[in-house]
Amino acid sequence: MEKFTTLTGIAAPLPMINVDTDMIIPKQFLKTIKRSGLGKNLFDEMRYTQDGKEIADFVLNRPQYRKAQILVAGANFGCGSSREHAPWAIGDFGIRCIIAPSFADIFFSNCFKNGILPIKLPQEQVDQLMLDAQNGANARLSIDLENQEITRPDGAKITFEVDAFRKHCLLNGLDDIGLTLQRAAKIDTFESKRRQSEPWLAA
Amino acid sequence: MAKARTLFDKIWDAHLVDVQDDGTCLIYIDRHLVHEVTSPQAFEGLRMAGRKIRHPEATLAVADHNVPTTDRTKGIENIESRVQVETLEQNARDFGVEYYRMDDIRQGIVHIVGPEQGFTLPGTTIVCGDSHTSTHGAFGSLAFGIGTSEVEHVLATQTLVQKPAKNMLVKVDGKLPAGCTAKDIVLAIIGKIGTAGGTGYVIEYAGEAIRELSMEGRMTVCNMTIEGGARAGLIAPDEKTFAYVQGRPKAPKGAAWEAAVNYWKTLKTDEGAHFDAVVEIDASKLVPMVTWGTSPEDVLPITATVPNPADIADEGKRKAVERSLDYMGLVPGQPLTDVKVDVVFIGSCTNGRIEDLRAAAEILKGRKVAASVQALIVPGSGLVKEQAEAEGLDKVFVAAGAEWREPGCSMCLAMNADQLKPGQRSASTSNRNFEGRQGRGGRTHLVSPQMAAAAAITGKLTDIRTL
Repeated sequence: MEKFTTLTGIAAPLPMINVDTDMIIPKQFLKTIKRSGLGKNLFDEMRYTQDGKEIADFVLNRPQYRKAQILVAGANFGCGSSREHAPWAIGDFGIRCIIAPSFADIFFSNCFKNGILPIKLPQEQVDQLMLDAQNGANARLSIDLENQEITRPDGAKITFEVDAFRKHCLLNGLDDIGLTLQRAAKIDTFESKRRQSEPWLAA
Repeated sequence: MAKARTLFDKIWDAHLVDVQDDGTCLIYIDRHLVHEVTSPQAFEGLRMAGRKIRHPEATLAVADHNVPTTDRTKGIENIESRVQVETLEQNARDFGVEYYRMDDIRQGIVHIVGPEQGFTLPGTTIVCGDSHTSTHGAFGSLAFGIGTSEVEHVLATQTLVQKPAKNMLVKVDGKLPAGCTAKDIVLAIIGKIGTAGGTGYVIEYAGEAIRELSMEGRMTVCNMTIEGGARAGLIAPDEKTFAYVQGRPKAPKGAAWEAAVNYWKTLKTDEGAHFDAVVEIDASKLVPMVTWGTSPEDVLPITATVPNPADIADEGKRKAVERSLDYMGLVPGQPLTDVKVDVVFIGSCTNGRIEDLRAAAEILKGRKVAASVQALIVPGSGLVKEQAEAEGLDKVFVAAGAEWREPGCSMCLAMNADQLKPGQRSASTSNRNFEGRQGRGGRTHLVSPQMAAAAAITGKLTDIRTL
């Protein structure tokens, strides 16, 4: 997994609540057997007309946001389907950080597995960052994961919370599976206990 | 005395493998369901790292999203869909996982197949790369959807890294009135708590109206838990649960069955256990429900009118409603019973079980689908289809002018050929009315099977009680 330490980039505003993962990446793009290449279809139905032309006023089509690396969005971002294609599409587009008042659980967890940092902030702070993001070419934010700090274009700082273990994994680009396999002895112990307590579950 | 625990607490505690200093837990996963859409990258990850599946026998694979619901003898026409299904079959073979082929009678929607086969058992942890894994909570199992990275993690380790959820109790008391179903209960709950109301929680459903539901109805309620933001919903197992599970191919037998039932009987919330949130619903006051917007929380009784965004104070919510109404082609104040539909879809992991088909057949018997409506009836599995045909339900549907299809996810998410065209409107027994969900530009109204059947007959959203 790609490490996430600091990030300075353009923030794109998406002031919508309940952005669902069907919106982020519609089902016709889930037929892939790869993780890569989904960025061009990120927000496909909001971004392109039926015949594939760009919709000019969609935020990621506007010149100043075409290389956005941060997304500022409304509450309950990423609700609905568990499809990890959603963070894959976001990451493939080049967005590494999403800031919103709240996230759906599965999407939130999927982000951390893909080097993407979702930041939950109170509505008032998201509102401020949304205004910053609407400043077009000046919409640059800096994210410092180690210090849990966002720097606004005027230099003001906003701190954020992040789960300690997830932070550690992101900062170091750690693969969960490798970490868990280091605890294989504990899994073995659990399984031998379970063979006694719930023998009907063993094959 | 030991601390009073909720049903969730008990299942969680029984699956703890390890706890880190910061409270992050490693929990054991008993059962893993796999489908074709969210697994290819996980198997690829295993291959690249040279890893095996820790417990192939605790894993069951079936293709459901991409399969055609029409004649299957010619295979899958769409190349990408075909490759995805073939990839699952190949992966299952390579890694030693049991797989139900498209021509196997056991094939169907993964959340219908698990319970049918007795793969879903009380007290277990069950995951699948699919948000509607919450369905299995109807058996008193902790079941939730995961992403593909987590699918790979479970395949490799049979565990997941998780933090414990908070406990929410949703108590549904009172007797469900005629015309109302499990679907109306869960739509009413989502309407009340909102689509993010359950975020961070596991919901336990309790109360008279939940106890009275059949296992099929309980699965419908738990299925849509994720639409209220909670990853998992639970219902304590009881005699109905045991009767449903007993004798299923993968259920324990003989002495093991007795031992299992003895354990399963302990799986209930202790008197005085703490819930972080409690929601109460009076089932006796329910009216058949229908969604009007593009989020499952946009739900109202069928007797209501389309809401007016001008009445909403919160700006974010108001903008969302304006966008929804524009997308749905509805105007404020319009009676919901005036809304015409083009397509009726009866099926999905929410409402594709035998009881749902019986309910739809009862309405359609001796009646005709309106000439302007295409009605698709898609059984949830090959076994549901076989049972329905044994009962003659297929003949009722065909005589009414509906289409009787092969099992799969079908128009619930329209990954196969079953899709709405732009501007087409459906009454659908599925679970999501998101923009584009059933086809780009398609407009979805979520309803119960009875309400969907009624809409098929009249050609518009209809109060089943007045049919």
